[in-house]
Amino acid sequence: MVRYISERLVYMLITLLLIATMTFFLMKLLPGTPLSAADKLSEEQQAIVLEKYGLNDPLPVQYFNYIAGLFQGDLGLSFQFDNREVTTILLERMGPSMTLGAQSLILGTIIGMLLGLIAAIYHNGVVDYGSTLIAVIGKSIPSFVFAGILQFYLGVQWGLFPVALWEGWEYTVLPTIALAIFPIAIAARYMRTEMLEVLGSDFITTARAKGVNRFGVVFKHGLRNAMIPLVTIIGPLAVSLMTGTLVIENIFSVPGIGEQFVKSINTNDYPIIMGTTLFFSFLFILIILIIDLLYGLIDPRIRLTEGD
Amino acid sequence: MENHKPSKDLFVPVDREAEEQHEIGRPSLSFWKDSMLRLRKNKAAMIGLVLLIIIAFMAIFGPYMNEYTANEQDLSQAKVPAKVEGLGWLGLDGTLSQIEEGETVEAAREDALARFSNDEENTEINVLNDGSDGSQARVEAIHDPYAAKDINNNFWFGTDGLGRDQWTRVWEGTRISLYIALLAAAIDMVIGVAYGGISAYYGGRVDNYMQRFIEIITGIPNLVVVVLMILIMDPGILSITIALVITGWIPMARIVRGQVLKLKNQEFVLASQTLGSSDGRVIRKHLVPNVTGLIIINTMFTIPSAIFFEAFLSFIGLGLPTPTASLGTLIDEGFKSLQIYPFILFWPALVLSALMIAFNVLADGLRDAFDPKMRE
Repeated sequence: MVRYISERLVYMLITLLLIATMTFFLMKLLPGTPLSAADKLSEEQQAIVLEKYGLNDPLPVQYFNYIAGLFQGDLGLSFQFDNREVTTILLERMGPSMTLGAQSLILGTIIGMLLGLIAAIYHNGVVDYGSTLIAVIGKSIPSFVFAGILQFYLGVQWGLFPVALWEGWEYTVLPTIALAIFPIAIAARYMRTEMLEVLGSDFITTARAKGVNRFGVVFKHGLRNAMIPLVTIIGPLAVSLMTGTLVIENIFSVPGIGEQFVKSINTNDYPIIMGTTLFFSFLFILIILIIDLLYGLIDPRIRLTEGD
Repeated sequence: MENHKPSKDLFVPVDREAEEQHEIGRPSLSFWKDSMLRLRKNKAAMIGLVLLIIIAFMAIFGPYMNEYTANEQDLSQAKVPAKVEGLGWLGLDGTLSQIEEGETVEAAREDALARFSNDEENTEINVLNDGSDGSQARVEAIHDPYAAKDINNNFWFGTDGLGRDQWTRVWEGTRISLYIALLAAAIDMVIGVAYGGISAYYGGRVDNYMQRFIEIITGIPNLVVVVLMILIMDPGILSITIALVITGWIPMARIVRGQVLKLKNQEFVLASQTLGSSDGRVIRKHLVPNVTGLIIINTMFTIPSAIFFEAFLSFIGLGLPTPTASLGTLIDEGFKSLQIYPFILFWPALVLSALMIAFNVLADGLRDAFDPKMRE
């Protein structure tokens, strides 16, 4: 186990270094400098600005400084906001993103699980078809289309919730729902399949034969076993939420990391783009690692030390 | 009791040809015929297929169905809703309505009129509640922008903020979105199948190195790769396709590798090899047919995710440059005037949603049809 984890950590580091290197050199290929109005500055002034961002050094030195900075959590200075460190900007903006992500993940999996559970209990009934329909729609229609529908009806027409901005709890409602629909669909589908399989297995028949009531069978014997594989989908869901927040934060003007990322793309603020890219990659790799380790803990049949 | 005993000559051998005994009652079903039969029984998948055929037909011929072109601008005709002759009962009558509440009927009426720039001539006012029972007065204003802007012809999906015909733009956008998605899915398939196939077939050290490479690449979120690629290349159909392909082939490679590894060691392959089949024959006759189903299913799931990613890129400002329309750029434009002119967002969002549902439902149906474990 220890060997497996350390092996995985080494891979994680290699991947992160690779991403850092790739982003660094790709960004160097791009046009644009921190000098937004270069012609108005004298040569000395230009040199001072370039010096500040370390852009006068030869490329290998810049690369080395960048990587060394990474290990100290330093992602460089923003081009757009004077003298502000990318790390600080990202940390400031992490709150709203995390809130949205966590809320929609928790809400989505719980509602989805309940929906899947009911669908499995009333297999082939109206509820089952209804929940399958919801699952298909939720899985297919992109979150930004839902965001539009929610904004227009709940926000503009009926005025139930604020349409945009981030000034309190009620502002999180619409973006959370828009983000939660995908997890609902996936969790419902998964739960239904798992539950049907579990309810059809021999130990359920045994429990019934021994006189356990319907409620006990479903919740004590069925749900517990059906929930194990559900852990496996939480990782991919969290990753898909990362993509979702980019768009949703923009639509609802939430001051999160995703919104900053999109803004930076439009203003060519490369240090922020690089920083966010690395941050996303780090989160992504971390989630995958945690999920892989969880598999082994939950289901001992999956032996980690063996390869594929 | 003797008369009950049947005489021997009652038993005559049935005159039956030897071959007849070996004949099978029904024609034999190949794997493909069997799968297609099952697919045809799947109502949802069939609905998806029909929807897909309709959308594809419209994407090809839709833009030519009226006299407008996708980039022809006329600001005097901007932002009118959909109007179709004879479909007024569906709400496609080219009017906008607004319900306002106020202290008095007059106040509510003024609010409602203000919404349509006080154009009294082309606005019809209906009093829903005159407030005499003590509640707020409610007034509905129905505005006819076609009359106000003096437009005599109909726009089936309305027009956008620059007065361009949405019908033409939506179907051209669908065409471009489908083109990008199909191209990306096809390239994914070729690279994925080749990589996975080679990795599994040669095995050993080759397989090991190729898998380590995949392991490192999958560590990079595809979102990041796509964004970086588009940043360096100028946004365009080709660069978006390339960006989608860079990480898109990996799932296919993994699936093909897994399947080939499994098949390689199975008895029927061993039997074929023992009987003297060449490598080429084993691959053609035994491996390829058994992997094809999985390849088709996986490609069918790749297409909607490529459509989604293309729309997503438009959203974060990395989509196709104007004036090219794709479903993503159209939806992005629609969001800019969502609060006042929601119909600009409505049509491209509807087509995109229908397209995604159709692909997903059909892919689900195909998976159920091809998966032998699902057989009853």
